[in-house]
This record gives sequence, C-alpha cells and structure tokens, in this order.
Amino acid sequence: MSRPEYQAPPEIYYGDAEAKKYTQNTRNQQIQADMTYRAIELLNLPPDEPAFLLDIGCGSGLSGEILDEEGHIWAGVDIAPSMLEVALERDLDGDLFLQDIGQGFGFRPGSFDGAISISVLQWLLNAETSHPTSSPPHRLTRFFTTLHSALRNPSRAVLQFYPTSDDQIQLITSIAQKAGFGGGVVVDYPNSKKARKVFLCLFVGGGGTQQQMPKGVEGEDDEHARFERRREKEKKRSTSGKRKNIKDRDWILRKKELYRQRGKEGVPRDSKYTGRKRKATF
Amino acid sequence: MVRLITHNLLACHVKGCTTNNFPLVFQDVQVELQEAEFNPDFIRNMLPRLEWTALVNAAKQVGDTSLPLEQPDMMDDELLQKLHHALMEIHIIEGAMVCQNCRHAYPISNGIPNMLLAEHEIG
Ligand SMILES: C[S@@+](CC[C@H](N)C(=O)[O-])C[C@H]1O[C@@H](n2cnc3c(N)ncnc32)[C@H](O)[C@@H]1O
Ligand SMILES: [Zn+2]
Repeated sequence: MSRPEYQAPPEIYYGDAEAKKYTQNTRNQQIQADMTYRAIELLNLPPDEPAFLLDIGCGSGLSGEILDEEGHIWAGVDIAPSMLEVALERDLDGDLFLQDIGQGFGFRPGSFDGAISISVLQWLLNAETSHPTSSPPHRLTRFFTTLHSALRNPSRAVLQFYPTSDDQIQLITSIAQKAGFGGGVVVDYPNSKKARKVFLCLFVGGGGTQQQMPKGVEGEDDEHARFERRREKEKKRSTSGKRKNIKDRDWILRKKELYRQRGKEGVPRDSKYTGRKRKATF
Repeated sequence: MVRLITHNLLACHVKGCTTNNFPLVFQDVQVELQEAEFNPDFIRNMLPRLEWTALVNAAKQVGDTSLPLEQPDMMDDELLQKLHHALMEIHIIEGAMVCQNCRHAYPISNGIPNMLLAEHEIG
C-alpha cells in the first residue's frame, strides 16, 4: 500500500477507527516507543531534571506516555481530533492542542527545553490545497521559524521522519537552517533497509560540547542493539530512583470519586487505562 | 487539557498579530482540578519563562486568587506550592482563549484548545 501521507490529509487518515487501530497495535507501540527513547537520548537533556518539552504531532500520546514515565512535563500538538481523543482517554499528563504545525506556533520565545517529533514531518511534504500558504516550503518555513523561537537557547529539537528521497532530507534541512537551527541528520542503522531511521537533530544556539553532532547507531539489524539499549535503560531506571512512585490506580480512582462528590464536572470517566501500570519498556 | 503553565507561554499566532497578542484572555471557562505531583525544582526552573502579571490575572480568571500581585523576590515553599497548584493542577476544560488585539477566539472543548487558523489568518 502507498504511504499514509499520500492517501488522505492527516486529520482524515487518522479518523476514529485508524486512531484506535494505530494506538492499540503492539508492534506499532514498540516501534514508536523505541524511536521516542532514541529521540530523548538525542535531546541530551541535563540528567535528573524534569524538562518542559513539546511533542510535535503527538498523536494519541505513545511518546507522551514515555515522557510522563521519564518525569518530564510536556505539551503536545496534533491536527487529528481522533488521535487527540484517544490521547485524552489514555489519561496522560501533557497539555494537548489541536493545531496544524504547518501554520506555525504561537509559543513565546524560549518556552521549551526541547522538542521531539516522531513520524510526523513527512506529512508536511504534501500540499493539501493550491493556496500559497499551503505549499510545503512555505509550511515548513512557518513551522521551523516558530519552533526555533519557541525553544530555549541552548536546546535541541529531535524529529524522526520518513523521507522518500535524499532531496527531501536536503529540502528540510536547508529550511531548518534558514530558520536558525544548527545540527543535521542522524541516521541509525544506515545499512538496514528495515531498521534505518532518520532523525533530524536540530540545535538552538551553538558551541559547547553539548551541541556536538551525535553519531548514528551502526549495524545491519536493529533488534539486538535495541534490546541492549532498552535493558540499559531499564537498569538505569530501576536503580536511579529518579522517579517517585507513579500513583496507583486506586489512588486516582479515589481522587476522581472525591472530585465527583464535590460536584466537579468533567472528571474523566474511569477507563481501563486509568492508573494502569505503565508498560515496562520492551 | 490546557493548564496555566502552557497558557502563560501562548501568544496569538494570527498573521500580523504581533503586538498586545499576549496573554490570551479566558472566556466562559469551566475548570477541573487534578492533583499533580509537586516538583519544586521544575517550578523554579519554569519561573524565569513565565510572565507573572499574566499568570496572576489568568489564575483569577479561572478562580484562583492565591498568588500575590507582585512577584516576590524570595520563593519559599509555600509560594512554590501555590504556584504548583495554579500552574499544574487547574485544567481548563471548556471555554475560549481570546486575543486582546485581533479578537481571534481559540475555543477550548473537552480540554483541548483549537489553535487552527483560517486561511487568511496564516502568516
Ligand atoms: C504516524 S502518526 C505519529 C503519532 C505520534 N507521534 C506517535 O509516534 O505515535 C503521525 C501524526 O502526525 C500528525 N500530523 C500530520 N500532519 C500534521 C500537521 N500538519 N500538524 C500537526 N500534526 C500533524 C497526524 O495527525 C498523526 O497523529
Ligand atoms: Zn491576535
């Protein structure tokens, strides 16, 4: 089948049915989680400090769930209402916005400590109408310019995406550079047809060792390395004690009941996701 | 869900709307309180990015009058707690955020602000 971004505009493609399917598919969860961990690693944030992050094209919050687990605070934007709906049901901690990133952001200068975007940018490469403001270069320029200003100096934005050609990588990086970003592309598993992943790793502010260009992960096949990395993460997490205990389901249910008794409106209904133990990494 | 922490960082992004486009003013809001883990380091970290007066006014608009009008020089634990509550625990569920300059209203429904612009509003 042809790529999703050729089939329909994102808010149509990710309708109710697809949003559910996308979020529940365990293979997909695993792939998106892997790329999220890698993106967080590439952000190179100061250790053991909660950061304020932007998740661009957050969808149903597969990455947001991990940001929550890692103790970060985040805001997410997405153009597909059905994806955001699923994110709401999943009881994540981030603030969600219905937004077309091709129209640019309104965030004030220096708002975020970093930004991630997983499997989204390829959508900006397709024009939706013939209006001048919807040409891909125009939309990419709006996006990168307003993103650059929304980030602190120094900081990074890490955007994994699926280019169809080197020309596309070239187009995107040159627009990002014109918007003021340093950095470039990191390719993991460059020689594996299946595992190859492209991360646009952008820097705000230059200099310092913090902004040295990271290297891609080498290797033919990602499976092995991936599990290695995960295991390391697991170890780190269980020994660092950085995160306090995540509130358990009972605690949350009690809290919600309390709010309801106080006559609060709009307390989220209890779902099977409520306070569920967040999955361990794969 | 939109909270004051993100509201305080959000300006109007309508084409040509570049002065007096912050803060967006809350209108007809419904709020919901949800307890969040208190993290004083995070609050301290965010403070330099926040506009104090905008925060105090926005908090008032959503029913929280606990913050002092002037930003105190010293952040004691009590104040950090109040900030934590205002920034992290008040969720705006319904209503709108209105730009004082161009009057664009960003509707909030089900906790999600709609930031989409019409074609003539895109920069
Ligand atoms: C493959 S999904 C990825 C979702 C999420 N990042 C994840 O990893 O699970 C692509 C997402 O990009 C969003 N998207 C596409 N074009 C967008 C745009 N112009 N503005 C905001 N979001 C967009 C879609 O709605 C969809 O949720
Ligand atoms: Zn405006």
